[in-house]
Amino acid sequence: MSTLAPSPPTTPSAPSRPSARPAARWTRVWSGRRRWPLVAIAGAAIAAALVLLPLAYLVVEALKSGPGEVQRLLLRHSVAVLLWNTVRLALACTVLCAVLGVAAAWCVERTKLPARRLWAVALVLPLGVPDFVVGFGWVSIDPALHGYLAAVMIMTLALYPLVYLPVASALANLDAGLEEAARSLGLGPWRAFWRVTLRQIRPAVLGGCLLVTLALLAEYGAFEIVQYQTFTVAIFTEYKLGFDAVAACVLSLVLVALSIAALGGELTLTGRGRAGRPAGPGARRVAPRVALGRLAAPVLAGLGALSGLALGVPIGSLVYWMARGSSTTLPSASILDAAAHTAAYSAGAAALATALAVPVSALALRHRNRVTVLIERLAYLPMALPGLVIALGLVSFSVRYAFSLYQSALELIVAYAILFLPLAVVGVRSAMGQSSARLEEVGRSLGARPSTVWRRVTLPLIAPGLGAAFALVFISAATELTATLLLHPTGVNTLATQFWAYTSELSYGAAAPYAALMVAISAVPAYLLSRRMSTLANAERAA
Amino acid sequence: MSRLSVSDVWKGYGGAPVLRGVDLEVQPGSLTAVLGLSGCGKTTLLRVIAGFERAERGTVSLGEQTLDDGRTYLAPEQRSIGYVPQEGALFPHLSVQDNVGFGLSRRERRGEQVAGLLEMVGIAPLAKRLPHELSGGEQQRVALARALARRPQALLLDEPFSSLDASLRSRVREEVHALLREQGVTTVLVTHDQEEALSLADAVAVLRDGRIIQQGAPTDLYERPADERLARFLGAVNVIDARFEHGAARTALGTLELRGEPAPAGGASAGAVMVRPEQLDVRVCEEGAAAGIEGLRGRVEQCRYYGHDALLHIRPERPAGDGRSADAPQPADAEQAQDAELLLARVHGEQALPVGTRVAVAAHGPVTTLR
Repeated sequence: MSTLAPSPPTTPSAPSRPSARPAARWTRVWSGRRRWPLVAIAGAAIAAALVLLPLAYLVVEALKSGPGEVQRLLLRHSVAVLLWNTVRLALACTVLCAVLGVAAAWCVERTKLPARRLWAVALVLPLGVPDFVVGFGWVSIDPALHGYLAAVMIMTLALYPLVYLPVASALANLDAGLEEAARSLGLGPWRAFWRVTLRQIRPAVLGGCLLVTLALLAEYGAFEIVQYQTFTVAIFTEYKLGFDAVAACVLSLVLVALSIAALGGELTLTGRGRAGRPAGPGARRVAPRVALGRLAAPVLAGLGALSGLALGVPIGSLVYWMARGSSTTLPSASILDAAAHTAAYSAGAAALATALAVPVSALALRHRNRVTVLIERLAYLPMALPGLVIALGLVSFSVRYAFSLYQSALELIVAYAILFLPLAVVGVRSAMGQSSARLEEVGRSLGARPSTVWRRVTLPLIAPGLGAAFALVFISAATELTATLLLHPTGVNTLATQFWAYTSELSYGAAAPYAALMVAISAVPAYLLSRRMSTLANAERAA
Repeated sequence: MSRLSVSDVWKGYGGAPVLRGVDLEVQPGSLTAVLGLSGCGKTTLLRVIAGFERAERGTVSLGEQTLDDGRTYLAPEQRSIGYVPQEGALFPHLSVQDNVGFGLSRRERRGEQVAGLLEMVGIAPLAKRLPHELSGGEQQRVALARALARRPQALLLDEPFSSLDASLRSRVREEVHALLREQGVTTVLVTHDQEEALSLADAVAVLRDGRIIQQGAPTDLYERPADERLARFLGAVNVIDARFEHGAARTALGTLELRGEPAPAGGASAGAVMVRPEQLDVRVCEEGAAAGIEGLRGRVEQCRYYGHDALLHIRPERPAGDGRSADAPQPADAEQAQDAELLLARVHGEQALPVGTRVAVAAHGPVTTLR
């Protein structure tokens, strides 16, 4: 032990401590093994209860009205019209988004496109513009825009990045060796793309399409602006204008059923393709980029048109109305007020959702059993629950059982947290999955107690993931309109509600600054996130 | 320095038990290798000793202290046991020196101790680096320094060299061995590589199907394996029919001295002995000139040349074995699914013979009775 000489002789040794006081030893044994999971179990249980509460309450409310009433409400002619409107919109938009998203992703990731990095950002940025702001942008410059085609166009432009992003990252991470193997087996470039590349990115395409469909089912603002009736619009109208809570609840359940059908459809189509990881060891090869040649001009024109329509028109019209509006009235005090409220509610929701996501992910990863896996699945349930449904459920619950909560700040924060819990869980879980259980064990074997290991090993490792989860929930909550309209405290306005109030009065000039602020809030972190993702992807590629 | 003892430890994960009554004694300051194929429960055994898993039955103790006996259970942080997992598992967010200092108190971390440890494993210039900036061998050394920092009474190494490539492996192995010798810390090393176990350890314990089937010095194990399967696991084997008479084995390869044990009672009896390939003497024996040379005649059917030595596959003119194949899972020999009658002989590199050469094969003892 000669080279260890500098160490003081008082290095704490395990044997002396526990044998000193048997009672102390027992508490430490139990705290070491159980205390941490107990806290986690409580947190996860709260998360599960919160997720189930609105849905359960909708079912209770609908059942209370009796089967006859439910039947009468469902079999109305207007329900069939709504169903047709919703389904044909969802189909058209989803297909268009898939085509645009895949084509754009392929051009950016696999061709020698000029100014590639610029396009990569420009094509994602429309995600930072709330759908109802896109609708506002178009309708405010052309009030004649309304109906089915307007809805399809606006929602496609707003939502195609949901396909573009996952497909671009799938293409970037694809092993070129597979394509080369296909080519060496006698397939031409197009057949290789169809039979190999497309098969590989299929889960990404379908996943993106699912997100598009779910977003369409949940959207209210944009459709209200272009006067297109979908289920969500009808439910909102029934509740807010017709004061018919039962009809709203029953229709909400149909909406949930549609969302679940979309989820099921995605699961069926993806099937075994989900497990399509390349087998065997060996480094992935990065695919060479295709030279565009004579196609360069049309491709550039197409991408330019896409981002011009998706990003340029809404932003341009915001700038136009701001310039016009500044000459009239700019209620600067109320916009600061609204911004402060938005920031406070969104931060509260982001903190709550992230805090709930930690125990859910930790249990699902570190103490995997049937219950913890079920809780994790439940945490993803709000993906299929439109904000309107969650808001209605919470409203019905609070009106009956907790009136003091009705239209309180807390209720709004809880609604946001439930609504965006899946985003938080995705972020936290992937971060936690990267910090392995083995590191925590090594920490324990080096004498650190579980709480110390959590503080010194787990937390620093998942901190970026927690930050990303917080940012995602914050952005989403700050630009949420539908649930906010139902739940915001009386007399308090957020950016979204004030924007909506002005838009409804056709005061576009007054509404524009609110929209601009929301775009700024969501665009800046979205940009930073996409930068971080691309550096991660590059680092992975370099490794 | 403390004795580590594991007795009758059982452990399962719901299904069939992984450990079925493991007994293991590690002498103070010695290095014991636990050798077994993957899936035999090696890692589970280490995890029970480290305290990441609780034993279902049995006792684990270190020196005078009971770590786990069903009633008492000490959490990993309360055991004075260092643990080096496969591939090091360095904390990716901490620099080399912070990794090494992780288990030390705040005051100790600031002192000379960390620098001393880094010096000891020869990576002092890398103190500020992050783990991903290190090579595999350097990461392994950091992991070792980190585990030794708290001066544990015992150290557990889980396949510490398997992630290193072959050229690096033997060097790191030597360095680690020298270091552990110097520190004199009681060490358990888990491996599936019999060469590593035999060459590094003071004692080897063979784990199979959740039980230790034999524990002893490397030479003991190699020369007197508990059964034929273990004999083959530790290296290539020829199984030769024998008659036991007067404390010796009469075989087709000559009369061979038996290792230590008394001859089976009751005069002559039939059985088989284990002859390692290096115990065979091969001499070229041309047609006609055969008269003066003793031994079993045969022909070289294959010659695997390794440089320092060569492995000859010799087909005898009449069988010497019992019809059971003698293929061993040793990497060098594993690819040759060997036919029962073939004899394996290890010879010096310069003695590699062309295929078809007629040879005479004799054996030199002592040999071990197999049955």
